Amino acid sequence: MERGRRYRDDPEALAGLVADDRVHRDVYVDPEVFQLEMERLWSRTWIYVGHASQVPQPGDFITADIAAKPVIMVRHTDGKVRVLMNRCAHKGTKVVYDVAGNTGKTFRCPYHAWTYRTDGTLLNIPLKSGYEGTKLEAQGLTPITHEAYRGFVFARLADGPGFGEYFGDSLSSIDNLADRSPEGELELAGGCLRYLHNCNWKMFVENLNDTMHPMIVHASSAGTAKKLWDEMLKGREGPPADKPMAIEQYAPFANDYKFFDDMGVRVYPHGHGFSGVNFSIHSSYSSIPEYEEAMKKAYGEERARQILGTVRHNTVYYPSLTIKGAIQSIRVARPLAADKTVIESWTFRLKGAPAKLLERTVMYNRLINSPMSVVGHDDLHCYRSAQEGLAASGNEWVSLHRNFDPAELSAEERTCNGTSEISMRNQFRAWREFMAP
Amino acid sequence: MSEAELVRFVYKEARLLDEKRFDEWYELFTEDAHYWVPLTPGQSDPLGHNSLAYEDKLLLKLRIERLKQPNAFSQKPGSRCLHVMQTPEVEKSDPARGEFLVRTPFMYTETRGDESQRYAATAWHTLVRSNGNLRIKLKKVDILNADAALPSIQLFL
Repeated sequence: MERGRRYRDDPEALAGLVADDRVHRDVYVDPEVFQLEMERLWSRTWIYVGHASQVPQPGDFITADIAAKPVIMVRHTDGKVRVLMNRCAHKGTKVVYDVAGNTGKTFRCPYHAWTYRTDGTLLNIPLKSGYEGTKLEAQGLTPITHEAYRGFVFARLADGPGFGEYFGDSLSSIDNLADRSPEGELELAGGCLRYLHNCNWKMFVENLNDTMHPMIVHASSAGTAKKLWDEMLKGREGPPADKPMAIEQYAPFANDYKFFDDMGVRVYPHGHGFSGVNFSIHSSYSSIPEYEEAMKKAYGEERARQILGTVRHNTVYYPSLTIKGAIQSIRVARPLAADKTVIESWTFRLKGAPAKLLERTVMYNRLINSPMSVVGHDDLHCYRSAQEGLAASGNEWVSLHRNFDPAELSAEERTCNGTSEISMRNQFRAWREFMAP
Repeated sequence: MSEAELVRFVYKEARLLDEKRFDEWYELFTEDAHYWVPLTPGQSDPLGHNSLAYEDKLLLKLRIERLKQPNAFSQKPGSRCLHVMQTPEVEKSDPARGEFLVRTPFMYTETRGDESQRYAATAWHTLVRSNGNLRIKLKKVDILNADAALPSIQLFL
């Protein structure tokens, strides 16, 4: 068999990497599997590009890589968002190189000045007369199928399920995030933390609802936070001190197994799901009365209580986007290689909410998702260690067994105890489906 | 406060980090101090905009105490660092208030096992005189490529 084509030429071997309650190590370490993931899973599913609030005015654009391909998200002169391949029809040069900006009414390639409208259609070629019969005019910047849901823009590069069918009821987590704005609208704010992970993208995505790790991996950081707080309280007289926001955010990572088990987990078709069905590590944050008032005013008391009482942990929009509605931050996986992934962490301003809400999400993002985060350091150490450990022989399989129940194989949507590894099994079932030739 | 004293203080502060004498380093900060590593060039807001780090004394204490924990897994093996510095320059001096701003470009190397990373950065020390001693009110470190996709940075620039 030709080297590097083992799985491309053998669909059964590829499907065989995923069993009901375990996966073969090649899903994490094999470069060919990674290449197939980009061509299949990451092209046939809906991948997060950006948020519409990043491009409020016509001509505003951002650039991103999805499925290892360069794309532009731009607001066209008609006011609608477009997603285009960032590749000049002529020589392949990227027509814009900045991360974000405003291009006016056209993109102008820096190499030979071919210009395009912001819907991707070709506007002009210098010395047009030499290109007769090439059909280059029809090429333009290749438009990409995309959909926006409450400002979240997703793109699908190849044929695949429709947007609504793909995400289904999992969109309730995006709703809860946006509903937390008294105006029902979000705005990305505060820049993007970009953390280079020297591991497979799936290790990061799976870890978000791996509730058996925080009390172990984060004992040195969250455990220390708890200890420092206990020391601050010791021997103190008078009214109880205000718990610092940083302690509120760090300490729950050290909660016990029962806490995480009672949180609950829910999965949906196509790999999506969340933990924190009943409550989460964000449930015991101090209230911000001014904000709660604004919410009651906007939605009425009962609906406001319902929105703020939905405190999900991590929701995975498989495979690219993970969100935390309760703290208004999102993390986006941008895979680069089988053992290399950039994790982008973004924060939202809730329109109509007091500034303290943004400060809270920014603090959380800094404490948990920064390359200087002591929580991130220990997570990444474990991912990297697994990436290296999986080179070992003698055991080809990674267990996903915890609380496996054969009945889940036919379930459309399923809710169970929080320490179940069902979210990983559910992701791999979608993986197997979208990886088939 | 002479310029030589300010310069000596900044050198000593870096040396404490390089020798991992973090408890002594912690004592150099005033009670209301911050250690700040912005995310974006020219960033003025540490609260409403993301930073790589923005730590008060509580968070610095947490970071230092964590490094002592046997279960700080990302410190097996432990990281080492070295600051190679240009001569600090006194940017602003207000002897009456006892407040000084010192600018120091430096190269920072952090290693762990076989891995090594290097950053070019500028430190901005806001120093205050307190009971005759110099203390740090703010140490801001502008990493030249702070907005790049960065790996774990585990010690203090």
